[in-house]
Amino acid sequence: MVSILKQKAYRDATNQVLFVGAIALTVLTFTMVGRENLEAQGITSGFGFLERSTGWSISFSLIEYSTSDPYWKALWVGFLNTAFLGAVSLCLATVLGLIVGIMRVSGNAMVELVGASFVEIFRNVPLLLQVFFWYALLTALPPPRSGIDVLGVIFLSGRGTYLPGLNVTGEVVFLAVVALMAALAGVLWLKSSRRFARRSARDKKRLTRGLLAGWLLLAIVLFWIGRIPDTPLLNLPYLKGLNYRDGIRVPPELLACIVGISIYGAAYIGEIIRAGFNAIGKGQTEAGLALGLTTWQIFTRIRLPLAIRAVLPTLTNKYVWLFKSTTIGIAVGFADFFMIVSTSINQSGQTLELIAILMGGFLLVNYSLAWVLNRVNDAIKLKGNQLRM
Amino acid sequence: METVYREPTFVQSLKTRYFSNLWDSVFTLAFAALVIWIVWNLFDWGVLNAVFSAENRDLCAHGSGGACWAVIDARWRLILFGLYPFEEQWRSAIACAVMVLVAGLSCAPFFWSARRLAGLWLSGFAIFYVLMRGGVFGLTPVFEQRWGGLSLTIFIFASVSLLGMPLAIAFALLRRSELPWISRTMGLVIDTIRSLPLLTILFTFAIVVPFVLPDFLIGDKLYRVIVGYAIFFACYQAEIIRGGMQSLPAGQEEAAKALGMGYWYRIGYIVLPQAFRNALPPTINQFVITFKETTLVAIIGFFEILASGNAAYGTSEWNFAHVEVYAFVGMIFFVFVFALSRYGAYLERRLAVASR
Repeated sequence: MVSILKQKAYRDATNQVLFVGAIALTVLTFTMVGRENLEAQGITSGFGFLERSTGWSISFSLIEYSTSDPYWKALWVGFLNTAFLGAVSLCLATVLGLIVGIMRVSGNAMVELVGASFVEIFRNVPLLLQVFFWYALLTALPPPRSGIDVLGVIFLSGRGTYLPGLNVTGEVVFLAVVALMAALAGVLWLKSSRRFARRSARDKKRLTRGLLAGWLLLAIVLFWIGRIPDTPLLNLPYLKGLNYRDGIRVPPELLACIVGISIYGAAYIGEIIRAGFNAIGKGQTEAGLALGLTTWQIFTRIRLPLAIRAVLPTLTNKYVWLFKSTTIGIAVGFADFFMIVSTSINQSGQTLELIAILMGGFLLVNYSLAWVLNRVNDAIKLKGNQLRM
Repeated sequence: METVYREPTFVQSLKTRYFSNLWDSVFTLAFAALVIWIVWNLFDWGVLNAVFSAENRDLCAHGSGGACWAVIDARWRLILFGLYPFEEQWRSAIACAVMVLVAGLSCAPFFWSARRLAGLWLSGFAIFYVLMRGGVFGLTPVFEQRWGGLSLTIFIFASVSLLGMPLAIAFALLRRSELPWISRTMGLVIDTIRSLPLLTILFTFAIVVPFVLPDFLIGDKLYRVIVGYAIFFACYQAEIIRGGMQSLPAGQEEAAKALGMGYWYRIGYIVLPQAFRNALPPTINQFVITFKETTLVAIIGFFEILASGNAAYGTSEWNFAHVEVYAFVGMIFFVFVFALSRYGAYLERRLAVASR
């Protein structure tokens, strides 16, 4: 017996079995005890509850939802809300972060000062505090009657922000967004796949433009088909009585989250972009100058692409991190995935199943986000072991 | 003829930094105007037109056009100490000061060894806990349910760091184990937890864990949340430590093996000290994020500084003064986080010089 324990191979095998076994046993015990406890409260485990109707309403939904709809639909509404909040905030954060990052390497001391102050102020204060702040600010706006009017098309009031919209059905907008994603995926495939490796750069450019133009055409046709009859295509909000009519209402909860996450994310992304610019060798700029390129050409054709290529892996991590932070929507009452799940837990008591759905949802989104960005990174990263910095 | 390098004069450097060409000058002037406008308006709002004393509440309720710092004057004890008994709040204040001192001391190179650092933090934490909890040395006991404000934030942060760091080291060592099943399982656990939002983990530990644990293990909600947060912290920190280990040349560990050092000797004296040195900047960054994200416990019902700030303007008496309260709480966070991140940047420069 002792001689067996002394052999490394046996010891290793035992250790591994013990470790994996201990983890599996813990998970198993938790599930068993949990099931027992819940059954003692008269809650049957399983996913059958997803078909039951919820009986409660949701304050913000991108699709039709009523209190008689089943649980799975409520969860889907929450998932879409989170995805929507995440997509809008990440896009805005990227644009704003790019501007801030460029400001910080502009070479003009005054501009750099403004960029640095922005980063230091918004990066060093917790996101939750910022979202609370924007929420308090937005709900303290005057009521619609004396709301703030921006150029007669956008109205800010304590009840929400009203934006101009299009008089088209929701399905059509959804289809157009899906088509846009498909077109972008096509562009990405064109750039990364081996299949097109032999095509010339000009051919590729032409194909890219064709794809995007095709999408634009499709979107126009879709909007034409899906427009609501007897209304103008453009839908402007206007004040009638005590509230605004028409237009798209952005509730303060959503806007506070979008503003908070975009600005907080922009401060981080700005720093990453700056690091990317600093990682580029001076020789690149000097070579561009020697070739007689203008400063603008050097910036858009040389420095920016190189900087983005250098920081894309870091950016990917930051995007996943920012997407996870959308869960703070619950703090101001935005009906995101997490809030719907926690309401469902309160109402139905199906704790374990709902937590599993919640975690599954986030794993799915984060892994797909990371997967897509890693494909982008594979497409643009330096190939082989050449050193061109 | 030989040209001599001269330091640029003040006017010359002004010219290259601010007015090198037409557009540069336009940007300089435009942004200078913006900065002056913002600073002047902030000064006007925050100082010139502001109301500072709580006795003048009526003045700011009717709109003086400036900040109403009166709310801070009236409610600062609530914001900083939460519901801690009024006569005992000096204890909460001293406890916070002790932890800030500990954090400050650990920035000094004298404490940069595992033993000293652990000793410093454990003794600081013990003093903090005894002061806050009481029950010994003639201090009246104050239970955790009444803790709040800044001291609760600091308590959660300190316990998460103290609990999370050893866990992180354990996770990192298991993750890079030579035994494939151990390293793969640990990798799966770390990756899964890392891709979940912190809030869902805190929520799970606060609300769900009582269902799945046998009764004798449930414990207080605060401590469950701290354990959950520590595991989350450890998963992030483990990857940082592993990154630090990977940047070590393989020769270091091989040389130690050749000298006949055992596993724990190699890890404790060769690998970990160097790994931590390499991983210092991201580690500090991780502490910064951890400190900021302690605010999330407000959502699951703890009365830490952000929640007590919400309570400070939550009454009808002060309900208009939300901007001032958030500015005050934001300033407290800014001081801590800015100092820590500047220190991190300084260390990064210092390490860069050392490794040149």
